[in-house]
Amino acid sequence: MSEIPHLLVHEHADNVGVVVVEGLTAGTDMLCCVTHDNSTFRLAAGADVPIGHKIALKDLRDGDTAIKYGEDIGKIIADIPKGAHVHTHNCKTKRW
Amino acid sequence: MSSKYSNITVKAYRRENGRVGVRNHVVILPVDDISNAACEAVANNVKGTLAIPHAYGRLQFGEDLDLHFRTMIGTGANPNVAAVVVIGIEPGWTKRIADGIRKTGKPVAEFSIEQNGDFETIRRASWAAKDFVHITSENQREECSISELWVSTKCGESDTTTGLGSCPTVGNMYDKLLPEGITGFFGETSEITGAEHICQKRAVNEEVGERWHKMWKAYQDDVIFAHQTDDLSDSQPTKGNIEGGLTTIEEKALGNLEKIGRTSQFIDILEPAEMPNSGNGLYFMDSSSAAAECVTLMAAGGAVIHTFPTGQGNVVGNPIVPVIKITANPRTVRTMSEHVDVDVSGILRREMTIDEAGDELIDMIRRTASGRSTAAEALGHREFSMTKLYRSA
Repeated sequence: MSEIPHLLVHEHADNVGVVVVEGLTAGTDMLCCVTHDNSTFRLAAGADVPIGHKIALKDLRDGDTAIKYGEDIGKIIADIPKGAHVHTHNCKTKRW
Repeated sequence: MSSKYSNITVKAYRRENGRVGVRNHVVILPVDDISNAACEAVANNVKGTLAIPHAYGRLQFGEDLDLHFRTMIGTGANPNVAAVVVIGIEPGWTKRIADGIRKTGKPVAEFSIEQNGDFETIRRASWAAKDFVHITSENQREECSISELWVSTKCGESDTTTGLGSCPTVGNMYDKLLPEGITGFFGETSEITGAEHICQKRAVNEEVGERWHKMWKAYQDDVIFAHQTDDLSDSQPTKGNIEGGLTTIEEKALGNLEKIGRTSQFIDILEPAEMPNSGNGLYFMDSSSAAAECVTLMAAGGAVIHTFPTGQGNVVGNPIVPVIKITANPRTVRTMSEHVDVDVSGILRREMTIDEAGDELIDMIRRTASGRSTAAEALGHREFSMTKLYRSA
């Protein structure tokens, strides 16, 4: 890959991806890579999101399930627009 | 079947019982907290020895006492330890631990403090320690197959990059070396929560899977739910995990489980600090997810090298087992490089494949087993933390 990706996604079924560069700013036209098969797509970052934090790959609604590794990682607890930051303020465990 | 990993050799120490060790420590081991001072005095008198002070060993009982003995005996019996001086306050438990270590055939001497005092105990123990230093300093490294190593893993200060890079690197190593005959350990019982259904399927058969699930459920019921005062949102994930972008225990668990790769299966379950006895293969050890506790338990189980993926930069080490740090987080590489042994941040840039990263880790295991100091060893990280099951009498 000649260009370094901004966002990595584990599986095609995932609805969140991980920022893998420092200093990502809102509006960046991100190169996104699905690590399962190295396929790529582009997405505009909706916020300044720190490295390691997640971004919604599509519009998510309160009550939806967050999917990463192709698996359930918790429930969405607020409406989240595509490109926005997903973390503890809008996503919560189903375990405790 | 032969692979490109079959012929890798390391220069290591063959012990009396046939096990392979990668370090040659003379350990001064306290039976209990009040013998720490004498052990430290001996280690100060005799250079080339290592005291391992700790907080427990008095008025423990039942299962908690069994775990104490297992941890002490396992630490002394570890093949990275060439000889042991055991010091306790009284002769009974001191002998029990010394005799447990003696079964390996390595040199062991024991001393107790009551009716001798610290001075006399330190004098006698120092002579024994000095003898052991002379004897063991002539031990020679010899060529051993990499397949003879017992390699443990546990990750710490995880973030989303551990699930993308450093944990799959360890998993790739296990997928390549377990078929060669190494013995592996993973664990962190509370941290599998959220991926327990996936972990159970990685058992070698249904019976082992069911025993695994029973153990995991007991931990949930007897430890987590029995003692929780709120949801565990400040503990699992930790503050560091959340800073690193991990939101839920499920997300953390799925990343954690990447450490056993794509094909590896576990063949049995171990109690904390229990030594494997079902042959070569991968074992799940029922263990805390706290770094120093988990590494201490796996070392007592007999692991001679620990592979430690980290995201935000856990700095843990162990007195007797070299801890190899692996990170994929470029910020951690930039800000904490003195702690990093294997930099796999190229995975995030898509400049390095998981397969290449696994090979780099295997090479670092080879070098570390043959004598290379890890970052944690060079920085003096010797965290030894005993797991305690409940209050003492």
